[in-house]
Amino acid sequence: MTLRATSPAFKENVREALSDVQLQKALGGGLGFTEQRRRAAEKLPEFEALRDSARDIKNHTLAHLDLYLEAYEERVVATGGQVHYAVDAEAARTIILDICRTAAAKTVTKGKTMIAEEIGLNDFLEQNGVVPVETDLGEYIIQIRHETPSHIIAPAIHLNKEQVEEDFRRVHTHLPPDRNLSEPATLLAEARAILREKFLAADVGITGANFLVAETGSSIIVTNEGNGDLTQTLPKIHIVLATIEKLVPTLEDAAQLLRVLARSATGQEMAVYTTLSTGPRRPDDPDGPAQYHVVILDNGRSAMLGGEFQDMLRCIRCGACMNHCPVFNAIGGHAYGWVYPGPMGAVLTPSLIGVDQAGHLPNASTFCGRCEEVCPVRIPLPRMMRSWREREFERHLSPATVRSGLAVWAFFAKRPRLYGLATGIAARALSLAGIFTGRLRWLPLASGWTRYRDFPVPQGATFQSQWKRRKR
Amino acid sequence: MTARDTILASIRRALGVTGREAPRRQAVADRLKEHPRGVVPARGQLPQPERLALFRAMVEAAAGTVEDVRADDVPGAVARFLRAHNLPMAIRRGADPRLAALPWDRERTLAVTTGASRGGDLAAISHAFGAAAESGTLMLTSGADNPTTLNFLPDTHVVVVAAADVAGDYETLWQRLRERLGAAVPRNVNLITGPSRSADIAQTLILGAHGPRRLHVLVVGGH
Amino acid sequence: MAEPEPDGGRKTEGRPKRVGLFVTCLVDLIRPSVGFAAAKLLEDAGCVVEVPLQSCCGQPAFNSGDRATTREIAEAVITAFAPYDYVVAPSGSCAGMLKTHYPELFHGDPNWPPKAESFADRTFELVSFLVDVLGVEKVSSRLDEQTPPRHATYHDSCAGLRELGVKAQPRKLLAGIAGLMLTEMRDPDVCCGFGGTFCVKYADISNAIVGRKVDNIAATGADLLLAGDLGCLMNMAGRLQRDGKPIAVRHVAEVLAGMTDLPPIGERSTGRRPTR
Repeated sequence: MTLRATSPAFKENVREALSDVQLQKALGGGLGFTEQRRRAAEKLPEFEALRDSARDIKNHTLAHLDLYLEAYEERVVATGGQVHYAVDAEAARTIILDICRTAAAKTVTKGKTMIAEEIGLNDFLEQNGVVPVETDLGEYIIQIRHETPSHIIAPAIHLNKEQVEEDFRRVHTHLPPDRNLSEPATLLAEARAILREKFLAADVGITGANFLVAETGSSIIVTNEGNGDLTQTLPKIHIVLATIEKLVPTLEDAAQLLRVLARSATGQEMAVYTTLSTGPRRPDDPDGPAQYHVVILDNGRSAMLGGEFQDMLRCIRCGACMNHCPVFNAIGGHAYGWVYPGPMGAVLTPSLIGVDQAGHLPNASTFCGRCEEVCPVRIPLPRMMRSWREREFERHLSPATVRSGLAVWAFFAKRPRLYGLATGIAARALSLAGIFTGRLRWLPLASGWTRYRDFPVPQGATFQSQWKRRKR
Repeated sequence: MTARDTILASIRRALGVTGREAPRRQAVADRLKEHPRGVVPARGQLPQPERLALFRAMVEAAAGTVEDVRADDVPGAVARFLRAHNLPMAIRRGADPRLAALPWDRERTLAVTTGASRGGDLAAISHAFGAAAESGTLMLTSGADNPTTLNFLPDTHVVVVAAADVAGDYETLWQRLRERLGAAVPRNVNLITGPSRSADIAQTLILGAHGPRRLHVLVVGGH
Repeated sequence: MAEPEPDGGRKTEGRPKRVGLFVTCLVDLIRPSVGFAAAKLLEDAGCVVEVPLQSCCGQPAFNSGDRATTREIAEAVITAFAPYDYVVAPSGSCAGMLKTHYPELFHGDPNWPPKAESFADRTFELVSFLVDVLGVEKVSSRLDEQTPPRHATYHDSCAGLRELGVKAQPRKLLAGIAGLMLTEMRDPDVCCGFGGTFCVKYADISNAIVGRKVDNIAATGADLLLAGDLGCLMNMAGRLQRDGKPIAVRHVAEVLAGMTDLPPIGERSTGRRPTR
C-alpha cells in the first residue's frame, strides 16, 4: 500500500489548519512565489510559446510512452546503468531495500522526491534497519519533526524560524545548548554542517528525477541547494526513483521544459543546479558512484493514459498551481491529507488512491481558474476536478442531503414557469424576514453562509415578474 | 510476466496500441535522431560582445561574480579573489590540461593541489565545458579533468570559461556536447547558475545551503 | 438564419440590435435592480431589450457533476434565446457558462453543436458587450458632484476575468464617471471565496478566503465596493456587514446606469451607514 491518506477527513483537517495560528501566520503573507513568477514570465517574451511547446512535448511523449520507455532503458543499460521496473509501491520499496541490503548499507542520503513519500519509503527502510537521511533543508526539517511535506517544492513552508530552532535544539543535542540560533543563517549553517557529515558517510544516495531523457538514458534533477548532487555523487551507489511519466524524448525537449519549470516554481530563470546523470562513474573518473540504478515505477500512472485524466500526466511538479490557489493559501498542504496538495493534488490523488477516499479534494474548489492560468504545461485543472465531481455524482458518492437539494432545485430549474412561481414566493418571504435591516443573520438550510456572513435578502418581487408588469 | 512486461502492456492497452505500429515507431525514431529545437529565446541570440555582456549580467543576477581575465592572469585573479574574501591561499583543481598549463608558479603564496575533493577543501577551480548567456549558466562535465566533487564540496568555486565557449542558449551547448564527446556521455553534466542557496527556513533566502556559497566566474579571451 | 457579425452577433443592417437579457437567477431573485440597470444601459446604447422566460444557466448542476440536468437546462436556454441578435448577462460567471461551457456539453451530439456554437458566439457579459461590441466609451451616469468623490474599489470576478477577459472594460467606463474615484485593492483578481455551492459546502474555507478579500478591500480606504457578479458581491457584502465595516456594495451596472438611489446590497436605506 502507498502512504496512508487522511484525505477522507478533509473537513476536520481544514478546521485544524484554519485554527493553527503558526500555519496561518506562515500562509498569511501570501506565498511570494506568485509575484516572482509574474516577473519572470514578463521578462521572457517567449514564455507563452514555451508553455505551448512544453505541453506539446509532454503530449507527444505520453502518446508514445511505451516506445520512449524502451528507448530510454536501452540507453541506460548501454551506459552502464541498471533498470528495475516496479508495478506498485510495494515492489519499488522491495527493490530499493534489496539494493541497500546487497550493499550492506547503513545510511542512505536522500534528495527530494515526492515519489518516495508516495510509496512510504522512509518508514519502510527504517523498519528494515536502514537509516534514511533527508538532505533537502526543508525535508530535513520536517523529517526531524516526523511530519510530511506541506508543499511539493517548499516542504517546510508552513513553519516559522522559531519552530525550526526548537527542533534543532531538541535533536542536535551534541552541540552547545547556549549557541545562537536566532537567525535563518545560523540555522542553515548548523544544518549544513550536520548534513555534510551524513553526505560523506552515506553508503547509498537516492534521488528522484525531474525528467528522464530517452535519447541519452539520463536522469535530470533540479535543486537550488546542491543536496541532490552530493547525494548522488558521494556514495558508492546512486538510486533514481521515478515514475513512468517523467520521460522526455531528447535533450532539446528537456531544455524546453526546464525553461518553464523554475520560472513557474520560484520565478528563477534556472534553478542553481540542473544535473544530468548518465550511468555510474566512468573508469577514469576520480569521483562518482560505482553503481547507477533506476527504479521505474507505475503505481497507477498507466491507468490514467487514454482516459479523461491523461492530461494530468503532463505535470512537471513546479507547484505554481498551489502557490496561486486561494484554497491552498487558506488551508496549507497538510489538510489535503496525502502527498500532493493544491489543485494538482486535487486531480491526481483520486486517480491514485480512489475518488471514494479523496472525494473532497476536487470538490473544495471555487473553480477560480488561477491554477490553469499559471500551469506551465496548460493542464485544464478545473475541468478535471469537474470530471471527478461527475464521477462522484454517477456513483452517488455525494451526501444524500446535497443530492436531494440539487434534485429539488433541478426540478424547478427545468420548468421556468414553476421556477418563477417558487422564486416569487421565496423572494417575498425572505424580503419580509429582512424588512428592517435588509439582511438576515441566520437562514435555515444555509448555516454555512450565515455562520460567517449576513445574507442580503431579496428586494421584493422577482425581476421577471416586475419586467412583465412594466412592459404591459 | 515480468514487471517490465506488465507495465509496457498496461501502457499499450491504455493507449490502444500494440507497440509494433510502424508510424509510431518512425515518429519516435525521427524525434530521437533529429532532436528538434523548439522555442529558443531571442534573448541570447546576440553577436559575441553583447552575448558576453548578457552572460556577465545574468551571472551577477544569480548572485555569482564574474571577471574578464587573460589566460595567463588566471592564477593572479584566483589569488586576488581569495585574498579579497580573507580566504586561505589554497585551491584544488582537476587534471584539465587548460588549467594545468596555467602559470600557477607565478603565485608563490597560492597552494594548488589536484584531484577530486573529499570535503576538506575550501576552494576549488574548474574549467567549464561552456556556458549559456541566456541565464548565466555554466556547463561542466565530470571526469578526471574536472571532478564533480570540486563543484559541490568546497565553499568557494572558481570556474574558468573560454569566451568562445559562451553560447547564447542551451541548445548550442547540447549540440556541442554531442559533437565533442560523441557517444561518450559523461557521468554528470552540471548546469550551474549561481551559488548554492535555500529559502526553506522562513522563506529567507540564504547562500551556501550545501554547495558553494561563492561562485566566481573567470571569462578568458573575451576582449 | 441571419448572417453573423465579426463579433459573433447577428447582422442587423440598420435596425436596432435585439438583445435577449439573460438576467441570471441571483439577480432575478435577490436584486432585480441590477437587471433594470442592465436593461437601461443596453437601451441607452440603442438596443431593444427583451427578457424571455428563463430560470438559470445550470451552473449549480454543472459544477455538482450532474451533466444530464445541465444539458436539459442548456437546451431550454439555447431555444429560448434563439431569436435574438445577442444574449447579454450582467454576470461573468453566467456568461462564461453560456459562452464557454455550453458548447462543451454538446460535443459529439448530432444536432446541437451548431446551435450551441451560434448561441455562444452571440453571448456576452454586460460590460464587455457595451465596450467591446457596442463601442461605448463613456456612460452618462454621474454621481453627486457636490460632495467629495465617492471612493470605490473594484473586484475582478474569476470567471469574467479568466473565461471572458473582462478587466479593462469596467475600469474604462468607471473612469469616465464624474464624482467617482477608483482605487485598486491588493490582489483584485484573487477569488473572493464565493464559488457557487462552495461557499456553503466548504464554508470554513470560503470564510478564510473572503476574510482576506475584505481586508484588502478595507485597506484601500474605499467606502464603495463594485464588481460585475452578484454572487461575489453578496458574499463580500455579507462578510463586510458581519464585520461591521461601513462599505457599501453595489453591482457595477447600477453605478454605470446612474441607479444608486436604491439601497446597496444587504441594506434597507441608502447613503452612508453609521458604524455599528
